[in-house]
Amino acid sequence: MSILSLKNVSKSFGALTVTDDASFDVPQGQALGIIGPNGAGKSTLFNLITGNIRSDQGNIHFQGRDVTKVSAMERCLTGIGRSFQIPQPFEKLTVYENLLVAATHGRNLSERDVRDDCADVLERTELIKRANVPAGQLSLLERKRLELSRAMATQPKLLLLDEIAGGLTEGECQALIRTIQDIHAQGVTIIWIEHVLHALTSVVERLLVLDFGKVIGLGDPDEIMASKEVQEIYLGIEV
Amino acid sequence: MAYTVTTQTPASRIAAILGALAIVVLVALPFFAGRGTIQDMFFILTMLVLAQFWNLLAGYGGLVSIGQQAFVGVGAYALFGTVILWGLDPVPSILLAGVAALVIAVPTAFFAFRLNGAYFAIGTWVIAEVVRLLVAQWKTLGGGTGTSLPRDATRDMWFVEIIEETLGVRSAAARDILAYWLALILALATIGGVYWLLRTRRGLALAAVRDNTEAAKSVGVDAGRMKWIVFLTSAFGTGLAGGLIYMQKARISPDAAFSVTDWTAYVIFIVVIGGIGTVEGPIIGVLVFFALQSLLADFGSWYLMTLGVLAIVIMLVAPRGLWGLLSERTGLHLFPIRRRLTGGKLTASEE
Repeated sequence: MSILSLKNVSKSFGALTVTDDASFDVPQGQALGIIGPNGAGKSTLFNLITGNIRSDQGNIHFQGRDVTKVSAMERCLTGIGRSFQIPQPFEKLTVYENLLVAATHGRNLSERDVRDDCADVLERTELIKRANVPAGQLSLLERKRLELSRAMATQPKLLLLDEIAGGLTEGECQALIRTIQDIHAQGVTIIWIEHVLHALTSVVERLLVLDFGKVIGLGDPDEIMASKEVQEIYLGIEV
Repeated sequence: MAYTVTTQTPASRIAAILGALAIVVLVALPFFAGRGTIQDMFFILTMLVLAQFWNLLAGYGGLVSIGQQAFVGVGAYALFGTVILWGLDPVPSILLAGVAALVIAVPTAFFAFRLNGAYFAIGTWVIAEVVRLLVAQWKTLGGGTGTSLPRDATRDMWFVEIIEETLGVRSAAARDILAYWLALILALATIGGVYWLLRTRRGLALAAVRDNTEAAKSVGVDAGRMKWIVFLTSAFGTGLAGGLIYMQKARISPDAAFSVTDWTAYVIFIVVIGGIGTVEGPIIGVLVFFALQSLLADFGSWYLMTLGVLAIVIMLVAPRGLWGLLSERTGLHLFPIRRRLTGGKLTASEE
């Protein structure tokens, strides 16, 4: 059964079509990678799935329910969690409080009930030592980890990750991959936008290629990466 | 090892004890202070209430309104209306003043929430002016020139007789003492209520919405509802304060009750110099404001210019206000809301 299903979804900003008739399904428990050149509409696709922006046309189903017109807040409550490409921390709150907001509101529980879960997430993302530091004082790297931690704190069924490996050293990247593999192993469906291809391919089971808002390829990562079309458009190689 | 969360600090425990002592002194004040002091304290407490509600709105809710005088004015006129037209006692009418402000706040929010930032600020001001002009048409309450509370209504006010007998004071002084005690109750309830709100998960949500609305929505926070809660709560409290202030003045006019200078500009000054987004800030701010007003009372328009210059200087030197500066230097929090995670892996080398 597919947890997420997009049917003919389109979105334009003025004359610019950023999502063009996108249709695809994500099976329960799968990890899907999304690649495509800058400006291909990857983040817009995420915003459409999370409800931060509304589609002009088409339908989005989550767990069999039509969520096309459902708000971002409600979509979070039904189990869609996300990280932002440019980290969006609650700057005046501490790292721990950032997670508390997500856990108490995203899961509708009291602060006491989520305390240990939040601490557990911080241990797994290696932010625990920074728990009481205001998020505004974090480094870029820590902000990216906070994005992931905050999304995990809502305990999503579907986790959307937007370029969280960019700018990391190789060691940090490996640690991040292990964390994501760990989340995936627990049965969480993952959609991951990433330019760091080796990180992506070490986790995902399927790849989707986006160009000018269109889905131009979807399938096994090795086959996708080897296809002539992808190499020309995405990697800019003349074949 | 298990994790625990604390909000208390050693300083906050001392502050709680000192706060309790201060409350005892404030409650007992009419027994040993003169009428002038009581009137000054009434002014300080009511301005503090207005400042706390503006701070809740702007400092925590991110809703910078410059139209709070609408709720002071509507509250005040509601009190005069119920006393003059329905013959109700002024004391219970204060509650109706809050309700009236709440009723006006619903359509105000409906229009103003379509605007953001500076547009929201101007929008609330315009709405306040419209309400002022409408109230000035109300001929039974004196139209543009205003009116006074009927003498028998103020003389026979609830509790006044008991205060006269117990403290052995004249009727006018007893009315001031009553107004003072009511202002004290309102101020304590306001500070207590705001502090309680900030310590709940709603308070966390409010801070999240203020810092980043889109991200807050994405983690399940109902940002729209938080704005409504804050706006309506502020309107209700500001209306109560408006009713109480004009019960004490016993004389009203549209220009005074809807004054943007008295009920919003001064209030913004108090919050900004004290420290926006903190419970302590408005308390410090109102004391500084009162001191300046007493010192500069004889200098006419120089007074306003001094306030303006001071506000600019503080915004440049200490953007987080006097309290922000102090708590940054000393780490002091009298009303701590920060949830500190301790124990577990934080035990060994806590930052």
